Amino acid sequence: MNWLPATISGRIYALLLLVLACAPFIFEWANQPFYLDLLSRALILAIAAISLNLILGFGGMVSLGHAAYIGIGAYCVGIPSYYDFYNGWLHLVLALSVSAGFALVTGAISLRTKGVYFIMITMAFSQMAYFIFLSLEEYGADDGLVIYSRSEFPEWLSMDSSTGLYYWIFAVLLLALLLTHRLVYSRFGRVIVGSKYNEQRMQALGFNTYRYRLACYVIAAMICSVAGMLLGNFTSFISPDMMGWTRSGELIFMVIIGGTATLFGPLVGTIAFVLLEEFLSAITIYWHLIFGIMLVLLVLFGKGGIHGWLQMLDRKAADHD
Amino acid sequence: MDWNLLITQLMNGLQLGLLLFLLASGLTLIFGIMDFINLAHGSFYMIGAYFCGTIVSITGSFIAGVLIGLIGVFAVGALVERFIVRHLYLKDHLDHVLVTFGLILIFDTLVHLLWGPSGMAIPLPDILNGQVSLGSLELPTYRLVIIVAGLLVAAMLYFLVTKTRLGMLIRAGASNRVMVEALGININRLFLIVFALGTAMAGLAGMLIAPITEASIGMGNDIIIIALVVVIVGGIGSVKGAFYAALIIGMIDTMSRSYLDQLLQLMMPNTYAETAAPALSAMLVYILMAAVLAFRPQGLFPPAGMK
Repeated sequence: MNWLPATISGRIYALLLLVLACAPFIFEWANQPFYLDLLSRALILAIAAISLNLILGFGGMVSLGHAAYIGIGAYCVGIPSYYDFYNGWLHLVLALSVSAGFALVTGAISLRTKGVYFIMITMAFSQMAYFIFLSLEEYGADDGLVIYSRSEFPEWLSMDSSTGLYYWIFAVLLLALLLTHRLVYSRFGRVIVGSKYNEQRMQALGFNTYRYRLACYVIAAMICSVAGMLLGNFTSFISPDMMGWTRSGELIFMVIIGGTATLFGPLVGTIAFVLLEEFLSAITIYWHLIFGIMLVLLVLFGKGGIHGWLQMLDRKAADHD
Repeated sequence: MDWNLLITQLMNGLQLGLLLFLLASGLTLIFGIMDFINLAHGSFYMIGAYFCGTIVSITGSFIAGVLIGLIGVFAVGALVERFIVRHLYLKDHLDHVLVTFGLILIFDTLVHLLWGPSGMAIPLPDILNGQVSLGSLELPTYRLVIIVAGLLVAAMLYFLVTKTRLGMLIRAGASNRVMVEALGININRLFLIVFALGTAMAGLAGMLIAPITEASIGMGNDIIIIALVVVIVGGIGSVKGAFYAALIIGMIDTMSRSYLDQLLQLMMPNTYAETAAPALSAMLVYILMAAVLAFRPQGLFPPAGMK
């Protein structure tokens, strides 16, 4: 059976995508619309995590301000809707261009710094965005903004039903995965990954690493803004809270659970995160304690997150052969 | 111009600056010497407030609350260093961010478990509750106490860092950690002391502010970000830098909140000024930090001899 992925982890991921593709039918059959909502939220956050992984995992640019782009995308739905502009293409183009502009300016400054300074400056810029939206009294400030109707698209692309929205999310997710794969294995991606390990050497080879990194930063921001646009449509309510620094911390957490610098890591990491959050919070109000302990243990003892564990299975299977 | 208001605001700025210094001085030492990012530093600020509040409610004495609370926070800090943080020094910054983010979740929930979800008010003794009059100006006594205590701790820290053997090692560690190790200093013990001392100072800041704001879950999560800004602006590892930067940022934050709208009204129509002022005043400290990082990444007052 040549068409099957060669490794166990590959087969698990293929199965996961298949299940995700059929999820609306499965949950409809089981009469569990709640789980479709849960999965929709998980996949939206997964898109954001995939985009963060592009800079954090592959590029070694640890951003503690990535949630700002979720907020920007969401407000690009909310603010036009406030003025009764519901055209979805308008929302999409707005989200992509505003996030690209913000990322270009802040990235150009941030990427002059390295390491811990980069962590701090990205956080500073996201805090600025947070306070800008916090002070916009017209759009609800910290009370947030209700979106009364979802972005309007042509009939066959409509996201009005929860199934329609789910397939929007799923399609964007696939695109993000595909784009990541194409990028990372292109010449561009090799430069990005190369400058994570040894920037000087990449520069010695004649690459202007700053420009490559900036381009990568902007691409990640744009992908994340689409996640924000979907999240705005999904929750019908947006507030500056979506871009606080603890949200950015959670995004990093999702990437780490799954495994950094891997294609499917952020996807499985986010699904695990959202499911854990859901089920732990149903069991006890003190679920953050369990979460925190997990996080500490994961860093101290976890080897490469879920993707790393699956790869251990691959290696065992290879030894067995 | 209302001079009384101006003086009151200056005192508020000084108070905020000194509280920030108590937080940032420990943070900058931990940052500079151990190269460790401690996002959970604000948790010790919270723990300090709760320890103090509990002891005050048992003993009835605010002074006892502060003194015993300080020992308690020092002990918790030492335990966290010994059993968790120590294993992370050699890992990269991303791991520091993650673990300390996890620690924030753990501490917030533990406080929730032990003290319940609502905040805890800390009553002040009558002697600190009154007003002091300076000419036509009435100032709350307790605010003056915070300012005096902050200046006192700053002076003690200055003495510790510049005049004692421990301080010499701390300064040497901030400039060149490897060299200190090579000279045969027990680096583990030095790190433990610096970490616990830093957390105790954060705890003190929490104890001092709690009678005004009351102790609450997550109270450290906002101020820790400002304290990080102070650390970056002052220069990582520099206590002197943390002191100046804390005062600058305390003043900028307080003054811009009360006067920026009037300043902007000189330049634009009133309605715009009223919208722009709160946003701009909240952003000013971050703008300052971004400017420092972009043009002078070592900070305004970097420690001597740092590469």
